[in-house]
Amino acid sequence: MNYSEATIWAIIAIMGIGTYLIRFSFLGLIGDRKMPDWVLRHLRYTPVAILPGLVAPLVMWPQATGGEPDPIRFAAAAATIAVAWWWKNMLAGAAAGAVTLAVLVWLVPA
Amino acid sequence: MIAGASQFTAIQLMIENAPVFIVLAAALAVNLRMAMYSASLQPHLGGASLPQRALAAYVNVDAAYALGILKFEEEPDWSPKDKFLYFVGTMALMFPLWVVGTWVGAVAGDALPEKFDLEFAMPIMFLALTAPLVKTLAHLGTAVTSVVGALLLSFLPSGIGILLAGLVAMAVGAEIERRRT
Repeated sequence: MNYSEATIWAIIAIMGIGTYLIRFSFLGLIGDRKMPDWVLRHLRYTPVAILPGLVAPLVMWPQATGGEPDPIRFAAAAATIAVAWWWKNMLAGAAAGAVTLAVLVWLVPA
Repeated sequence: MIAGASQFTAIQLMIENAPVFIVLAAALAVNLRMAMYSASLQPHLGGASLPQRALAAYVNVDAAYALGILKFEEEPDWSPKDKFLYFVGTMALMFPLWVVGTWVGAVAGDALPEKFDLEFAMPIMFLALTAPLVKTLAHLGTAVTSVVGALLLSFLPSGIGILLAGLVAMAVGAEIERRRT
Protein backbone atom coordinates (compact mmCIF):
# COMPACT_ATOMS: atom_id res chain seq x y z
CA MET A 1 0.00 0.00 0.00
CA ASN A 2 1.41 3.39 -1.02
CA TYR A 3 -0.87 6.03 0.45
CA SER A 4 0.03 8.79 2.88
CA GLU A 5 -1.62 8.69 6.27
CA ALA A 6 -3.65 11.79 5.35
CA THR A 7 -4.91 10.12 2.17
CA ILE A 8 -6.03 7.02 4.09
CA TRP A 9 -7.92 9.13 6.62
CA ALA A 10 -9.49 11.11 3.78
CA ILE A 11 -10.64 7.88 2.11
CA ILE A 12 -12.17 6.67 5.38
CA ALA A 13 -13.91 10.00 5.98
CA ILE A 14 -15.32 10.28 2.45
CA MET A 15 -16.51 6.67 2.52
CA GLY A 16 -18.23 7.27 5.84
CA ILE A 17 -19.92 10.49 4.74
CA GLY A 18 -20.80 9.13 1.30
CA THR A 19 -22.33 5.96 2.72
CA TYR A 20 -24.34 8.01 5.16
CA LEU A 21 -25.63 10.35 2.45
CA ILE A 22 -26.69 7.33 0.35
CA ARG A 23 -28.66 5.94 3.29
CA PHE A 24 -30.12 9.32 4.21
CA SER A 25 -30.98 10.37 0.63
CA PHE A 26 -34.66 9.70 0.01
CA LEU A 27 -35.64 9.13 3.61
CA GLY A 28 -34.08 12.39 4.75
CA LEU A 29 -34.90 14.73 1.90
CA ILE A 30 -38.43 13.69 0.97
CA GLY A 31 -39.59 13.46 4.57
CA ASP A 32 -43.34 13.44 4.90
CA ARG A 33 -44.22 14.44 1.34
CA LYS A 34 -46.36 11.91 -0.51
CA MET A 35 -44.67 10.33 -3.49
CA PRO A 36 -46.62 9.63 -6.70
CA ASP A 37 -48.46 6.30 -6.91
CA TRP A 38 -46.26 4.84 -9.62
CA VAL A 39 -43.16 5.47 -7.50
CA LEU A 40 -44.79 3.88 -4.47
CA ARG A 41 -45.82 0.90 -6.59
CA HIS A 42 -42.19 0.35 -7.55
CA LEU A 43 -40.90 0.89 -4.02
CA ARG A 44 -43.21 -1.78 -2.63
CA TYR A 45 -41.08 -4.32 -4.49
CA THR A 46 -37.70 -3.07 -3.23
CA PRO A 47 -37.06 -5.78 -0.59
CA VAL A 48 -38.05 -8.61 -2.91
CA ALA A 49 -36.04 -7.00 -5.73
CA ILE A 50 -32.76 -6.57 -3.81
CA LEU A 51 -32.43 -9.20 -1.08
CA PRO A 52 -32.73 -12.33 -3.29
CA GLY A 53 -30.19 -10.92 -5.75
CA LEU A 54 -27.85 -10.05 -2.91
CA VAL A 55 -27.55 -13.68 -1.81
CA ALA A 56 -27.99 -15.44 -5.19
CA PRO A 57 -24.26 -15.33 -6.08
CA LEU A 58 -23.34 -16.60 -2.59
CA VAL A 59 -25.64 -19.60 -3.08
CA MET A 60 -24.57 -20.22 -6.69
CA TRP A 61 -20.84 -19.88 -6.09
CA PRO A 62 -20.29 -20.58 -2.37
CA GLN A 63 -16.99 -19.62 -0.73
CA ALA A 64 -16.80 -22.98 1.06
CA THR A 65 -16.27 -24.85 -2.21
CA GLY A 66 -14.02 -22.19 -3.70
CA GLY A 67 -16.86 -20.91 -5.89
CA GLU A 68 -17.90 -24.27 -7.36
CA PRO A 69 -21.70 -24.78 -7.49
CA ASP A 70 -22.55 -27.25 -4.74
CA PRO A 71 -25.68 -29.47 -4.38
CA ILE A 72 -25.47 -29.38 -0.55
CA ARG A 73 -25.76 -25.59 -0.46
CA PHE A 74 -28.53 -25.59 -3.07
CA ALA A 75 -30.43 -28.06 -0.87
CA ALA A 76 -29.91 -25.91 2.24
CA ALA A 77 -31.09 -22.79 0.38
CA ALA A 78 -34.13 -24.64 -1.00
CA ALA A 79 -35.07 -25.96 2.46
CA THR A 80 -34.76 -22.45 3.91
CA ILE A 81 -37.01 -20.90 1.25
CA ALA A 82 -39.60 -23.71 1.38
CA VAL A 83 -40.01 -23.70 5.17
CA ALA A 84 -39.85 -19.91 5.60
CA TRP A 85 -42.38 -19.41 2.81
CA TRP A 86 -44.84 -22.17 3.71
CA TRP A 87 -45.07 -21.29 7.41
CA LYS A 88 -44.37 -17.56 6.87
CA ASN A 89 -41.78 -17.93 9.59
CA MET A 90 -38.24 -16.61 9.32
CA LEU A 91 -36.75 -18.48 12.27
CA ALA A 92 -38.25 -21.82 11.20
CA GLY A 93 -36.81 -21.28 7.72
CA ALA A 94 -33.35 -20.37 9.01
CA ALA A 95 -33.37 -23.40 11.32
CA ALA A 96 -34.43 -25.71 8.47
CA GLY A 97 -31.61 -24.38 6.27
CA ALA A 98 -28.98 -24.66 9.00
CA VAL A 99 -30.01 -28.24 9.92
CA THR A 100 -30.09 -29.29 6.25
CA LEU A 101 -26.62 -27.84 5.70
CA ALA A 102 -25.16 -29.39 8.87
CA VAL A 103 -26.64 -32.86 8.24
CA LEU A 104 -25.63 -32.99 4.57
CA VAL A 105 -22.10 -31.70 5.23
CA TRP A 106 -21.77 -34.38 7.93
CA LEU A 107 -23.22 -37.19 5.77
CA VAL A 108 -21.44 -36.44 2.51
CA PRO A 109 -17.67 -36.96 2.60
CA ALA A 110 -15.82 -33.92 1.28
CA MET B 1 -19.54 3.36 9.27
CA ILE B 2 -20.91 -0.20 9.76
CA ALA B 3 -20.67 -1.22 6.10
CA GLY B 4 -18.59 -4.38 5.93
CA ALA B 5 -18.75 -5.12 2.22
CA SER B 6 -17.67 -1.65 1.10
CA GLN B 7 -14.81 -1.51 3.61
CA PHE B 8 -13.64 -4.85 2.29
CA THR B 9 -13.76 -3.59 -1.31
CA ALA B 10 -11.79 -0.47 -0.38
CA ILE B 11 -9.08 -2.45 1.42
CA GLN B 12 -8.66 -4.84 -1.49
CA LEU B 13 -8.23 -1.99 -3.95
CA MET B 14 -5.86 -0.13 -1.61
CA ILE B 15 -3.66 -3.23 -1.34
CA GLU B 16 -3.41 -3.06 -5.14
CA ASN B 17 -2.56 0.66 -4.94
CA ALA B 18 -5.54 1.70 -7.05
CA PRO B 19 -6.04 5.48 -7.60
CA VAL B 20 -7.96 7.12 -4.75
CA PHE B 21 -11.00 7.99 -6.86
CA ILE B 22 -11.31 4.34 -7.96
CA VAL B 23 -11.18 3.20 -4.33
CA LEU B 24 -13.93 5.67 -3.41
CA ALA B 25 -16.13 4.99 -6.43
CA ALA B 26 -15.97 1.22 -5.98
CA ALA B 27 -16.57 1.35 -2.23
CA LEU B 28 -19.54 3.68 -2.57
CA ALA B 29 -20.99 1.68 -5.49
CA VAL B 30 -21.24 -1.31 -3.16
CA ASN B 31 -23.55 0.76 -0.96
CA LEU B 32 -25.71 2.30 -3.69
CA ARG B 33 -28.48 -0.27 -3.16
CA MET B 34 -29.05 1.47 0.17
CA ALA B 35 -30.44 4.50 -1.67
CA MET B 36 -33.24 2.15 -2.70
CA TYR B 37 -33.68 0.97 0.88
CA SER B 38 -33.88 4.63 1.85
CA ALA B 39 -36.58 5.31 -0.75
CA SER B 40 -38.57 2.25 0.19
CA LEU B 41 -38.53 3.22 3.88
CA GLN B 42 -39.75 6.74 3.11
CA PRO B 43 -43.49 5.87 3.02
CA HIS B 44 -43.05 4.28 6.47
CA LEU B 45 -40.56 6.53 8.23
CA GLY B 46 -40.98 9.79 6.29
CA GLY B 47 -43.37 11.04 8.94
CA ALA B 48 -40.78 10.74 11.71
CA SER B 49 -38.87 13.86 12.82
CA LEU B 50 -35.65 14.89 11.08
CA PRO B 51 -33.35 13.71 13.93
CA GLN B 52 -35.22 10.40 13.99
CA ARG B 53 -34.83 10.02 10.23
CA ALA B 54 -31.15 10.94 10.49
CA LEU B 55 -30.61 8.18 13.08
CA ALA B 56 -32.66 5.64 11.12
CA ALA B 57 -30.55 6.41 8.05
CA TYR B 58 -27.37 5.75 10.04
CA VAL B 59 -28.47 2.23 11.01
CA ASN B 60 -30.03 1.44 7.61
CA VAL B 61 -27.95 -1.70 6.92
CA ASP B 62 -29.18 -4.78 5.02
CA ALA B 63 -30.33 -6.69 8.10
CA ALA B 64 -32.08 -3.72 9.76
CA TYR B 65 -33.81 -2.86 6.52
CA ALA B 66 -34.98 -6.44 5.93
CA LEU B 67 -36.34 -6.87 9.47
CA GLY B 68 -37.94 -3.43 9.45
CA ILE B 69 -39.72 -3.66 6.11
CA LEU B 70 -40.99 -7.17 6.96
CA LYS B 71 -42.58 -5.83 10.16
CA PHE B 72 -43.94 -2.63 8.57
CA GLU B 73 -45.79 -4.67 5.93
CA GLU B 74 -47.38 -6.72 8.71
CA GLU B 75 -48.33 -3.67 10.78
CA PRO B 76 -49.63 -0.98 8.41
CA ASP B 77 -51.39 0.80 11.29
CA TRP B 78 -48.23 1.66 13.19
CA SER B 79 -47.43 5.38 13.45
CA PRO B 80 -44.12 6.61 12.00
CA LYS B 81 -42.87 6.90 15.58
CA ASP B 82 -43.71 3.24 16.34
CA LYS B 83 -41.96 2.23 13.15
CA PHE B 84 -38.94 4.36 13.99
CA LEU B 85 -38.67 2.79 17.45
CA TYR B 86 -38.91 -0.70 16.00
CA PHE B 87 -36.31 0.07 13.34
CA VAL B 88 -33.76 1.55 15.71
CA GLY B 89 -34.64 -1.07 18.35
CA THR B 90 -33.68 -4.02 16.12
CA MET B 91 -30.35 -2.34 15.48
CA ALA B 92 -29.82 -1.60 19.18
CA LEU B 93 -30.13 -5.35 19.75
CA MET B 94 -27.98 -6.30 16.79
CA PHE B 95 -25.15 -3.84 17.27
CA PRO B 96 -23.73 -5.19 20.58
CA LEU B 97 -23.92 -8.76 19.19
CA TRP B 98 -22.15 -7.56 16.07
CA VAL B 99 -19.29 -6.09 18.13
CA VAL B 100 -19.11 -9.16 20.41
CA GLY B 101 -19.29 -11.43 17.36
CA THR B 102 -16.43 -9.60 15.67
CA TRP B 103 -14.36 -9.93 18.85
CA VAL B 104 -15.12 -13.66 19.25
CA GLY B 105 -14.28 -14.16 15.58
CA ALA B 106 -10.93 -12.41 15.95
CA VAL B 107 -10.01 -14.28 19.15
CA ALA B 108 -11.46 -17.73 18.52
CA GLY B 109 -12.05 -17.92 14.75
CA ASP B 110 -9.26 -20.44 14.22
CA ALA B 111 -10.79 -22.85 16.74
CA LEU B 112 -13.75 -23.58 14.44
CA PRO B 113 -13.34 -26.64 12.25
CA GLU B 114 -13.21 -25.61 8.60
CA LYS B 115 -16.08 -27.93 7.70
CA PHE B 116 -18.34 -25.88 9.92
CA ASP B 117 -18.83 -23.20 7.27
CA LEU B 118 -20.51 -20.33 9.02
CA GLU B 119 -20.27 -18.03 6.02
CA PHE B 120 -23.36 -19.75 4.60
CA ALA B 121 -25.34 -18.51 7.61
CA MET B 122 -25.68 -15.12 5.89
CA PRO B 123 -27.45 -16.42 2.73
CA ILE B 124 -29.66 -18.64 4.90
CA MET B 125 -30.74 -15.73 7.11
CA PHE B 126 -31.54 -13.45 4.17
CA LEU B 127 -33.43 -16.17 2.29
CA ALA B 128 -35.46 -16.92 5.43
CA LEU B 129 -36.21 -13.21 5.81
CA THR B 130 -37.21 -12.70 2.18
CA ALA B 131 -39.28 -15.83 1.46
CA PRO B 132 -42.28 -14.79 3.62
CA LEU B 133 -42.42 -11.47 1.70
CA VAL B 134 -43.32 -13.35 -1.50
CA LYS B 135 -47.11 -13.21 -1.35
CA THR B 136 -48.29 -12.51 -4.88
CA LEU B 137 -47.35 -13.32 -8.47
CA ALA B 138 -45.84 -9.83 -8.70
CA HIS B 139 -43.54 -10.57 -5.75
CA LEU B 140 -42.54 -13.89 -7.30
CA GLY B 141 -41.75 -12.25 -10.65
CA THR B 142 -39.67 -9.63 -8.82
CA ALA B 143 -37.69 -12.21 -6.83
CA VAL B 144 -36.97 -14.40 -9.85
CA THR B 145 -35.86 -11.38 -11.91
CA SER B 146 -33.63 -10.28 -9.04
CA VAL B 147 -31.89 -13.66 -8.80
CA VAL B 148 -31.45 -14.13 -12.55
CA GLY B 149 -30.34 -10.51 -13.02
CA ALA B 150 -27.84 -10.59 -10.16
CA LEU B 151 -26.30 -13.83 -11.46
CA LEU B 152 -26.10 -12.58 -15.06
CA LEU B 153 -24.62 -9.23 -14.00
CA SER B 154 -22.22 -10.61 -11.40
CA PHE B 155 -19.29 -9.83 -13.70
CA LEU B 156 -19.87 -6.10 -13.13
CA PRO B 157 -17.99 -4.29 -10.33
CA SER B 158 -19.30 -5.21 -6.90
CA GLY B 159 -22.58 -3.44 -6.12
CA ILE B 160 -23.44 -2.35 -9.68
CA GLY B 161 -24.92 -5.67 -10.81
CA ILE B 162 -27.26 -5.92 -7.84
CA LEU B 163 -28.35 -2.30 -8.28
CA LEU B 164 -29.28 -2.79 -11.96
CA ALA B 165 -30.88 -6.19 -11.31
CA GLY B 166 -32.85 -4.64 -8.45
CA LEU B 167 -34.15 -1.75 -10.57
CA VAL B 168 -35.28 -4.11 -13.34
CA ALA B 169 -36.85 -6.48 -10.78
CA MET B 170 -38.79 -3.60 -9.18
CA ALA B 171 -40.11 -2.57 -12.59
CA VAL B 172 -41.18 -6.17 -13.29
CA GLY B 173 -43.04 -6.36 -9.98
CA ALA B 174 -44.75 -2.99 -10.45
CA GLU B 175 -45.75 -3.88 -14.01
CA ILE B 176 -47.26 -7.24 -13.02
CA GLU B 177 -49.20 -5.49 -10.26
CA ARG B 178 -50.46 -2.81 -12.65
CA ARG B 179 -51.66 -5.35 -15.22
CA ARG B 180 -53.45 -7.51 -12.69
CA THR B 181 -55.40 -4.73 -10.96
